[in-house]
Amino acid sequence: MSEAILDAQDRLVINALQGGFPICDRPYLEAGAALGMGEDELITRIDGMLKSGVLSRFGPLVNAERMGGGLTLAALSVPQDDFERVAELVNAHPEIAHNYEREHEYNMWFVIATETRQEIEKIINAIENETGLSVLNVPKMEEFFIGLKFEV
Amino acid sequence: MKADVSKIDATTRAIIAATQGGLPLTAQPYDAVGDVVGLSGAEVQARMQAMLAGGVIRRIGAVPNHYKLGFNANGMTVWDISDEHISELGQKVGALEFVSHCYHRPRHLPHWPYNMFAMVHGKTREEVKSHAKEITAILGNSVNASDIIYSKRILKKTGLRISS
Repeated sequence: MSEAILDAQDRLVINALQGGFPICDRPYLEAGAALGMGEDELITRIDGMLKSGVLSRFGPLVNAERMGGGLTLAALSVPQDDFERVAELVNAHPEIAHNYEREHEYNMWFVIATETRQEIEKIINAIENETGLSVLNVPKMEEFFIGLKFEV
Repeated sequence: MKADVSKIDATTRAIIAATQGGLPLTAQPYDAVGDVVGLSGAEVQARMQAMLAGGVIRRIGAVPNHYKLGFNANGMTVWDISDEHISELGQKVGALEFVSHCYHRPRHLPHWPYNMFAMVHGKTREEVKSHAKEITAILGNSVNASDIIYSKRILKKTGLRISS
């Protein structure tokens, strides 16, 4: 994927607004003032970066577990000549939020997010039955820090 | 501290569903959310403030696409660390500016000996490797084995979705 061209003001927005967006009547006005830009300019810049894909989202980031949902990271070791078929089978589950091909014996890594904790096991069983492969399930036991950082 | 599913009421759910595509890009976004869920802007603000304080919302802001920012080398670094030190060391690793996520996860012996994951982002693999060395230095004698697992391709990325 090609690197986007950003001007200094875009960088300022990215670095300053990865969290802490205000909750008030005119939040873009307030956040913009802190960055030395007007309300309309801030809205236009965020909109532009969403459209170009520099930002994948702008808004509240929800903690799935606090909502009672289930969340886990899982992996499969997929034979290379069967990879695309297995990827399709795994991705067909709407509960798969992300799936990455990675360079390792465990070459497929995906996040399973469900509305209830009990559903995680069901999805894992379904994937094992459909693919004939054994799932490595590594749910988080402790979270150390989720950074808000990407200095650009 | 974990909230029970029953404690997430219909209003909280409706606000999450109304904002999961993003906060409206209008001068008064909380009023716009209120129009969708049937509340005043002030009520939405109060509710979201409480969701933030209670941890249902982690934060409000921009989520950058690291690939578009030139961070093309993304290494999931995995570590086998002595269990008695993992909490203390995990805090230190998670605080590093090039680590975006850091978790304690279970081992599955004999196939999977690693119990800590730290996602490291860099512009090149050389950069990721040198960051991994910094982590090794922090872990000292507590580390038994480690690996860097690079991403090759995104197969799916839809994020978390809830129904309204």
